[in-house]
Amino acid sequence: MIGVGALLHTKQLSRSPFEIATALIVPVVQATLAVYLFRAGGEPGRLLEAAVGAGLMGVWSSVLFGSGGAIQNQRWQGTLEMLMLAPRPPALVIFPITLSTAVTGTYAMLATLLWGRLLYGVPLTFAHPLRFLVAAPGCVLGLGMFGLLLASTFVLMRNANALANTLEYPIWLVSGMLVPLTVLPGWTGPIAAALPTTWGARAVHEAASGGPVWPSLGICLAISLGCLATGALMMTYVERRARAAATLALA
Amino acid sequence: MSEYAIEAVGLRRTYRTRTGWLRPQRREVEAVRGVDLTVGNGELFGLLGPNGAGKTTTIKLLNTLLIPTAGSALICGHDVVTETREVRRRIGYVFGGDRGLYERLSALDNLRYFAELYGVPGREQQRRIAELLELVRLAGRERERVEGYSRGMRQRLHIARGLLHRPRVLFLDEPSIGVDPVAARELRQTVADLAATGTTVLLTTHYMAEADELCDRIAVIANGTIQALGTPAELRRHADGRQVLEVEAYGVADAQLAAIHALPGVREASVTVTGAAQVLTVQSDAGVDVQADVLRELDGVRLGRVAARQPTLEDAYVAIVNRVDTPARPVEAVAA
Repeated sequence: MIGVGALLHTKQLSRSPFEIATALIVPVVQATLAVYLFRAGGEPGRLLEAAVGAGLMGVWSSVLFGSGGAIQNQRWQGTLEMLMLAPRPPALVIFPITLSTAVTGTYAMLATLLWGRLLYGVPLTFAHPLRFLVAAPGCVLGLGMFGLLLASTFVLMRNANALANTLEYPIWLVSGMLVPLTVLPGWTGPIAAALPTTWGARAVHEAASGGPVWPSLGICLAISLGCLATGALMMTYVERRARAAATLALA
Repeated sequence: MSEYAIEAVGLRRTYRTRTGWLRPQRREVEAVRGVDLTVGNGELFGLLGPNGAGKTTTIKLLNTLLIPTAGSALICGHDVVTETREVRRRIGYVFGGDRGLYERLSALDNLRYFAELYGVPGREQQRRIAELLELVRLAGRERERVEGYSRGMRQRLHIARGLLHRPRVLFLDEPSIGVDPVAARELRQTVADLAATGTTVLLTTHYMAEADELCDRIAVIANGTIQALGTPAELRRHADGRQVLEVEAYGVADAQLAAIHALPGVREASVTVTGAAQVLTVQSDAGVDVQADVLRELDGVRLGRVAARQPTLEDAYVAIVNRVDTPARPVEAVAA
């Protein structure tokens, strides 16, 4: 069921003109942003790190808006009620949606790297190319699991997109996707350590620029599994709350 | 097996809304105020009522999409609040309108996905989907994207989706809304066929002819409570002792309608617009000829056809619903 669900949700997402336009434009914008940021900082040698960071931002946006936006889209389409009527645990119904956003997320990462190479000549010389091929999908999968936790709140909230918009920039900033964590205020440290995005980003950066990839990836997946379990429990609770508060439908 | 497919006792639902952040204003709306009903296995039961009467809320309370504020309901003997999954295995839900489907997927993909969700075994899916596409006459068009479908086709796809897991109870919430007359007739035939095979159907509709043709029993709901319940023939008795005058007119003013309503012997008066014309319907006591008085009140208004006729189910419905606003004339329960 998860496989069929993820496949069909990816199919539905990939046929949206808005999604297609976003997928074409956003990676170019993010690659440009990252490259100029690092050039201005006088570190042109770290362009690959910049491109990978920008790609991670794309993954995060995809998961966040995939989870939040997809739930909201289901609500707009009138399909959220039909999904919730399925005689299955709610988490199992929603997980394929967040998983399909992970597939879209992988595309965002690849497209950002490709545009970085084509437009700005970013050298795609990875320190650990094979580890990168594991770390990037691992990170995407981890974020997909984190997405389920986010999705549970989006089921409850009728104006879920407002929350999704609020979360986009703070999380990629605090997770050190583009800016090193060391330049951020000390109080952000514990928050960063608790987020799977931080460890996923670290694993991908380490695979690209050198470093021990597996510990970071392991921590990312462990936290993400915790998020998946919490999300599954939350989803059951939230589904009941949504039925009590009448927020499954648009009105 | 439970004696009834649907049992509801004292079902109530209050919606609480909050607007504003700095000075939040809370509002409570009682959509359903104590609904009691039972629907037998294999029965085709109609729920009629004006907009905002509580029809959709009642259906959503019965199909587990909403939790009742008070009261209880059982579907095939299972509680809608505590045995949600057992209830969901046994029900199908179809609602009217364009929403509720994955537009950019084909009908086949939509059905495949919901077959998975609703637990149709993998080896059975292909056969069941083909069977349903045949039933709703979408065979041959199943690989087209839903966004290119007409409203009638979407509605038929909704029905196919609702039937995938062979539900014992099917909730149809205004399935014929916005559907053209030919498609609506086909849809009625499909619903009648389903009921004939033993599926319990709870249907809400605005169309009296549809309810009259299909339903074994009908409940009229208004203001969140059931005002009358019985077979179509029994409900028609609510208009006993009345006669109906219909006048085709162009430009009846509100003041004229109020004056007609106040005429001696007049029980109900309403105007509906059909194209450029209005149709004034006046229900009066059977022994009182109000035609001359009504035409006098319409002095200066261009008139078309004037006809007197016997009351229909629709007239009975109007009588029942209008009495809700006039508590001095409570509606007596009709024996089922």
